[in-house]
Amino acid sequence: MQPYDMEVGAGTFHPATTLRSLGSRPWAAAYVQPSRRPTDGRYGENPNRLQHYYQYQVLIKPSPPDLQELYLGSLEAIGIDMALHDIRFVEDDWESPTLGAWGLGWEVWCDGMEVSQFTYFQQVGGHDCHPVSGELTYGLERLAMYVLGVDHVMEMPFNDPQNPIALTYADVFKQTEEEYARWNFDVADTEVLLRHFEDAEAACASILAQEATDPKTGKRIIMAHPAYDQCIKASHLFNLLDARGVISVTERQAYIGRVRALAKKCADAFVMTEAGGFKA
Amino acid sequence: MPDLLIELFSEEIPARMQARAAEDLKTKITNGLVEAGLTYSGAAGFSTPRRLTLTVHDLPEESPLVREERKGPRVDAPEKAIEGFLRGTGLNRDQLSIRDEKKSQVYFATLETPSRPAAQIVSAVVENVVRNFPWPKSMRWGSGPLRWVRPLHSIVCLLSDESGAKIVDLDIDGLQAGDSTCGHRFMDPKRFSVSSFEDYTAKLKRSFVILDASERAEAIWQDASNQAFALGLELVEDRGLLAEVAGLVEWPVVLLGRIEDQFLDLPPEVLQASMKEHQKFFSLRNPKTGRIEYFATVANIETADQGATILSGNQKVLAARLADAKFFWENDLRIAKSKGLTPWTDSLENVTFHNKLGSLKQRVDRIAGLAMNIAPFVGAEADLAAQAAQVAKADLASEMVYEFPELQGLMGRYYASAVGLPDAVAQAAQAHYSPLGPSDSVPSEPVSVAVALADKLDMLTGFWSIGEKPTGSKDPFALRRSALGVIRLMLENGITLPLKKAFALSESKIDVSDLLGFFHDRLKVFLRDQGLRHDIIDACISLEGNDDLLLVVKRAKALSEFLASEDGKNLVQGFKRANNILTQAEEKDGVEYSYGADVKFAQSDEERGLFAALEAQSQVITSALKQEDFAKAMQGMAALRAPVDTFFEAVQVNTDNEVVRRNRLNLLSLIRSTCRAVADLTKIEG
Repeated sequence: MQPYDMEVGAGTFHPATTLRSLGSRPWAAAYVQPSRRPTDGRYGENPNRLQHYYQYQVLIKPSPPDLQELYLGSLEAIGIDMALHDIRFVEDDWESPTLGAWGLGWEVWCDGMEVSQFTYFQQVGGHDCHPVSGELTYGLERLAMYVLGVDHVMEMPFNDPQNPIALTYADVFKQTEEEYARWNFDVADTEVLLRHFEDAEAACASILAQEATDPKTGKRIIMAHPAYDQCIKASHLFNLLDARGVISVTERQAYIGRVRALAKKCADAFVMTEAGGFKA
Repeated sequence: MPDLLIELFSEEIPARMQARAAEDLKTKITNGLVEAGLTYSGAAGFSTPRRLTLTVHDLPEESPLVREERKGPRVDAPEKAIEGFLRGTGLNRDQLSIRDEKKSQVYFATLETPSRPAAQIVSAVVENVVRNFPWPKSMRWGSGPLRWVRPLHSIVCLLSDESGAKIVDLDIDGLQAGDSTCGHRFMDPKRFSVSSFEDYTAKLKRSFVILDASERAEAIWQDASNQAFALGLELVEDRGLLAEVAGLVEWPVVLLGRIEDQFLDLPPEVLQASMKEHQKFFSLRNPKTGRIEYFATVANIETADQGATILSGNQKVLAARLADAKFFWENDLRIAKSKGLTPWTDSLENVTFHNKLGSLKQRVDRIAGLAMNIAPFVGAEADLAAQAAQVAKADLASEMVYEFPELQGLMGRYYASAVGLPDAVAQAAQAHYSPLGPSDSVPSEPVSVAVALADKLDMLTGFWSIGEKPTGSKDPFALRRSALGVIRLMLENGITLPLKKAFALSESKIDVSDLLGFFHDRLKVFLRDQGLRHDIIDACISLEGNDDLLLVVKRAKALSEFLASEDGKNLVQGFKRANNILTQAEEKDGVEYSYGADVKFAQSDEERGLFAALEAQSQVITSALKQEDFAKAMQGMAALRAPVDTFFEAVQVNTDNEVVRRNRLNLLSLIRSTCRAVADLTKIEG
């Protein structure tokens, strides 16, 4: 599949994962997802921390019994030699308070570096997952650095070094990391962000408040995806506000609760659609 | 007699759950076997990241036949009663026997639990245990209903003896027990069959799996120590980390790496926290420089390049982590040095401490006010104490503490020093959290003591004022720990600051006697752990001045010694006798005998002797108490023992002569009041 065309914090936010992990219908998807984490900005100086990076995301429902072997096979396929490296599955229970979701699994370590998240979804948007989806999230920069033997993300070749216009990761992203770090941390207009947050919240609710039956076509059309777009927006706006440092500890919980309420409503709506396993 | 071998093979079990799970497997299975009538001679549980294993020795071939006789109703009992008995036993009337008992005929049922083969019992017990295993967190996977800590893949369940091994017939949601398992995930993943526990452990080892976690931990520790020694370094001990790491590997391989020079100037605690928290690395100290200069990481695999690739990968990750820590450290220092700690203390305004108790900034202000008032009692300069309290929690707003919350206080000390605040202030930033528990050390530097006391008293009076008191096992704000902290601070520093006065220094409106009672309960627990009897503490707490903890404890210790002596034990008996007679008389007469004893109504030498002793000793006691010399006061009581004893041997208190009787009762009350000045002996047991 293709990346989702909105700002998200992780590949999990793509509706192909969040919404499709709900309901009983089998599903399998894989895609690259550009991800934004405003608080992780380091002005492009940290060797492997970025406010904008790429994830490769896999979701399989129901989780196959050999998911670990499949996963290790994928590492072999990109050139990681299992006989030379130390691959470890280290407990990391995944929880997304904003999505009302949790699962059990691991972060996968390659020589001490976290290269993937491996999760068996147990609950999404407040709904128990039946069957359970297996989710694999690969950190693409980290894996590429590994395979290419590069120590700093910015030094990584972005295209073929033999290409007449050879570019490094720095050529492509160093400046944007600086620009966004400054904007995220110090400049973004918090009042505007706040207003947008509230708009998205209201829009989500009003989309879902519509009748299930479309008056124009007479069809049953529940708009789970458009509503979920607003949830994604609210979530990213919250992350920006957080990076600006204007959210206190107590407020934080309240904001997370508000986003979660949207995610839950969207999940409730999705399971009432055909893709969500609803049978009329 | 057969041995039982069980292996539950799954995807990676969280390290922190493994030891407990191995233990649970052992108890649950063996309990189940015993309940079903199978005895055994020994059992042991083991865990690795991917398996839980249990071996049980010497099970019988089958459970014994059990016969139980149950007595029923009389033969002529109502039909309903007989039917009920039949239902309860599951028998029909022909199967009952009838016996004569006490001139009537009574039904008896003989119930038999038939003998069952061990394999059948094992199968049922294992299935039940797997389905109801007490994992702290468990999950489902795929489409099945089974729950386990992570997907469960195979089960070995074997009964083996000299004649061979037999697979126990067991099927849990399609997962069938067998006799095969596999080795190390990468070094030797092939499946192999096993025939007994010995065969199993030997084959595992050949396949690069050490079954026993303690053996793995020992191997890690030995290997890391030896390698450190070879480089002239010391391995920093960390038992918790060792146990965790032993739970992350089946085949431990220790690799030592050097920390890049550019990070060696980070505070050692930051290095350690960063390496431990994120990478599970051990720290290695260079004894010559006192710095942490190397790390030890534990891999799960032997490689053709002797771990070179793995080590360099780990070094890179560490460099990135430390670059982050350095970024926080330098950013924090830049802010602190250019603007002081004020931006941080101000930003605590935005952090809610508790919705009824305001922001963290408000709490800090309260602590500062308290610390200033407490200062004179602990020998600290008031202004310095207030200043220290104001900055003590500044580091909570720093980036480093945001990233590593466990470094709170410590970073505060570094930052306070960096901005040139006095040593005592910087020290207090770290020390004011102490003592954190019964074994944590207690600060002694006066400014630290003042802030530490203020910090805890604000917690207690604050939460008391909004009615958030600990109940039963619930103590979400760790108020018991705070009270214990106050107690230890006062006792170990010899601080005289009566609690009522201390409470009054805070602005919170509280039920003083309730909070004082809470302190007394904590004090009892604390002193009991030091071997002081609770009744002795009670005897001291029920007196005036009981809010002065130092006084209470001094008194209690003296009393404890006194009661251990012969004089002490006898005096208490004499006192109780006096008190009993007095109480009975007071109840009977409806008056209180409290004064007016006059030696001129004394009729015997013993009586006069007691008068004289009381007069002399009460003076001794009064002056001793004034000087808080409790040992001397106890000596005064000890001197009363002989006269009191002789008095009771020779004198009958209740005589017909009312005047004499009343005089003697008043004399007894003099014993009571004299002793009572020292301790409330009515509380002493036995």
